[in-house]
Amino acid sequence: MIKFLERQIERLGASVLVPIGSLGDVMIFTYQFFYWLVKRPFRSKLFIEQLLFVGNKSLFIIFLAGSFTGMVFSYQTYFGFKMISVDSLVGPIVAISLSKELAPVLTGLIVAGRAGAAMAAQIGSMKVTEQIDALEVMGISSHQYLAVPRIVAGTIAVPMLTVIFNLIGNIGSWFVGTKALMIDEVMYFSKLGEFMFVEDLLQGIIKAVFFGFIISVVGCYFGFTVEKGAEGVGRGTNLAVVWGMILVLILDYFLTSFLIRIL
Amino acid sequence: MQKDVTVSIRNLSKHFGKHVILNGLNIDIEKNSITTILGFSGAGKSTLLKHILGLLQPTSGEIHVLGNDLADMNHFKLRQFRQNFGMLFQYAALFDSMTAFENTAFPLREFSDYTEKEISERVSELLLSVNIKEESFFKIPSELSGGMRKRVGLARALALSPEIMLYDEPTTGLDPITTRMVNDLITDTSKKYRERGLTSIIISHDVKATLEISDYVAFLDRGRIIEYLPALEFPKSDNPLVKAFINL
Repeated sequence: MIKFLERQIERLGASVLVPIGSLGDVMIFTYQFFYWLVKRPFRSKLFIEQLLFVGNKSLFIIFLAGSFTGMVFSYQTYFGFKMISVDSLVGPIVAISLSKELAPVLTGLIVAGRAGAAMAAQIGSMKVTEQIDALEVMGISSHQYLAVPRIVAGTIAVPMLTVIFNLIGNIGSWFVGTKALMIDEVMYFSKLGEFMFVEDLLQGIIKAVFFGFIISVVGCYFGFTVEKGAEGVGRGTNLAVVWGMILVLILDYFLTSFLIRIL
Repeated sequence: MQKDVTVSIRNLSKHFGKHVILNGLNIDIEKNSITTILGFSGAGKSTLLKHILGLLQPTSGEIHVLGNDLADMNHFKLRQFRQNFGMLFQYAALFDSMTAFENTAFPLREFSDYTEKEISERVSELLLSVNIKEESFFKIPSELSGGMRKRVGLARALALSPEIMLYDEPTTGLDPITTRMVNDLITDTSKKYRERGLTSIIISHDVKATLEISDYVAFLDRGRIIEYLPALEFPKSDNPLVKAFINL
């Protein structure tokens, strides 16, 4: 009986301590990123490669998601607003929703699924094939060589992709609004100018910076912590995507409640 | 007269939580020699290797490598110090996004002041010296056979002319012909760089290959060196565990 109770208490303790320990590991990993970020050599070639990978190679899916989000949202808003005769506000409503919320969050989720997963898989497979050990044995910091370029690239690429998502989404909205739903084009743009502010754009871009950072940190962290061969790489990749997406959504709430007060 | 010692370890212990991996280990590894550390899986061989490289900090004890106490070195000095080592990994650990040429050039590009032309010459010389033909220079690791990958790995390890070469299970999982080729490569490399004072340390559990190529053999069990003899005397050891291991 006592042994059973001991085991239950141990299990309860582990269920609290393990997540706290993991959180601590992520904190240490993030600290190491900032530590190596300012140390020479600066690996600009690797950074550009990663920027192209996260940014350039995500463009097609961002174009696709952005244009259809803008078009669909324009449709949905139009039929709702028409009932209360404010259909001329479709432009600003879509634009504000895109810039503050939809563009950064959807871009974050797309990048988490594409680039975050790839980061975990690349680093994870390097870990299980001892390539990371090879770097360390040569006296090269694996954090500096692998994590820093990826995290910096992710932090810069996601806001850039968000701006593109925003632009394409608004073009899609304008196209559907004025060409398919016959909203007056002059009215569309005049309302857009009246209700849309720079702060709205800024809010989305600030969010995107944080999303890019957290997605890349999570992707790299789960890559570095991969164990047990190919199975471990798969597990690490899966965790990187799941946690990347969860953290984007949670962070979005806290950033919104903070930014709404200061902007 | 006392012989030159490259690696000297005194009372090395390493604990991971409650697990004792190394338990008061002592060994002196002679300069210019090929020393193999044998032992069962889980005996602590890889942990010992990581301590020699300064990748792990001991729980207690001292490690002197090339006359330097590793405990006196900070993080950055240790990284620089590791340029004295070359290491051949069990599966070569070549960077899979780079060609054989780029893999071998990698340490030179990172740490030397060579021009691209000098790097190209040095890499060609290294790859040819390990019997990699020119037509394979620009193949990526997945296009190379296991034996070729090992040879490229060795060329990369030798690029910065290390003073200590470490071999982690160099023949594990290889067919007899490739095993022979890798063993020849180790002895050839050791002979070739002997006048420059190259010390080779091999981690293995391949008794036959070990006795063929080593000058000294140490046997590691439960975190301690329980036998350390010249290779010719090792098969005559009285230690029952060593006897059992040799006769497996």
